[in-house]
Amino acid sequence: MSQADLSIHGQVSRTGATEIMTAPTFSVPAKKMAMWLFIIADTATFAGCLFAYGFTRNATPNWPRPFHSITNVAVMTVILLTSSLTMLFAVRHAAMGDKAKAFRWTMITAACGIMFAVLHLKEWMGLITEGATLFHNPWGTPLFSSMFFSITGLHLLHVTGGVIALIAVGLRYQGGRYNADDIEITGLYWHFVDLVWMFVVPLVYLLNLSH
Amino acid sequence: MTTAETHKSSGMTKDLIVWVCILALAGIQFLIAYQDISASQMFVRMLSVAIIEAGLALLFFMDLSENRGLKWFFIIFIVFVLLAMQYGWTDSFRLTDGVPWAK
Repeated sequence: MSQADLSIHGQVSRTGATEIMTAPTFSVPAKKMAMWLFIIADTATFAGCLFAYGFTRNATPNWPRPFHSITNVAVMTVILLTSSLTMLFAVRHAAMGDKAKAFRWTMITAACGIMFAVLHLKEWMGLITEGATLFHNPWGTPLFSSMFFSITGLHLLHVTGGVIALIAVGLRYQGGRYNADDIEITGLYWHFVDLVWMFVVPLVYLLNLSH
Repeated sequence: MTTAETHKSSGMTKDLIVWVCILALAGIQFLIAYQDISASQMFVRMLSVAIIEAGLALLFFMDLSENRGLKWFFIIFIVFVLLAMQYGWTDSFRLTDGVPWAK
């Protein structure tokens, strides 16, 4: 049996031994399936965090609404949503075998991620300057700050990890060590980070907007 | 233009359309934030829009629409997890309405 015969969805047995490879689950390559399982598990994590936030908010009288402006969060949202589009371009170009453009779009996506993280930190610094910390805030219940910094911090951690992954995978893809599948899998993670933000913005920011 | 280039071009056009739709939906969420409605109404409206946004991203950005088996595996698991979490709401309402110090 040749190497080509052993290839399923771009995955080739490195042993070279004759073996029977079963069809992958849902016809998805193992690496991609692993990312999907991670996404499912991480969805449950974020859902748990947002549920805990909802529970606390509902059970706490006089929940503070400290946000006066949504300009910063609106810009952050546009940047993150746009980064999903640039990631898609990277995936499409990688699938077409256009390595240079795929690498360029991957790096543009990483740059968008960095911009998002910088704006996020600016948002945090603004709140910290007003006296909000993980265990204290000047507007009432300290639970608000705990929840806000925990949820947005967890998301920021994902963005930071995503940026590192994008740069590492992009460089290795350009160097020929990784292939288009790896760009696609990293893209899946990046879209997930974007997807989580779609829930964090309305629940954590917009519902706490002072009128 | 070759067949591959035509396919790539149409794929990117679809991506752009979905991106514009998601941006518009995000804009709607920001508009809802300034509506003069109760917090619960605002929550329901914003969450509904967020679910549509997430659905579009899952189906078209993450290409879940192209894999029926994986799509249903994902949907069934996520819906089960989300529904299983809802039992806690009753307790959060008890804290505000049922305890002696509640209004």
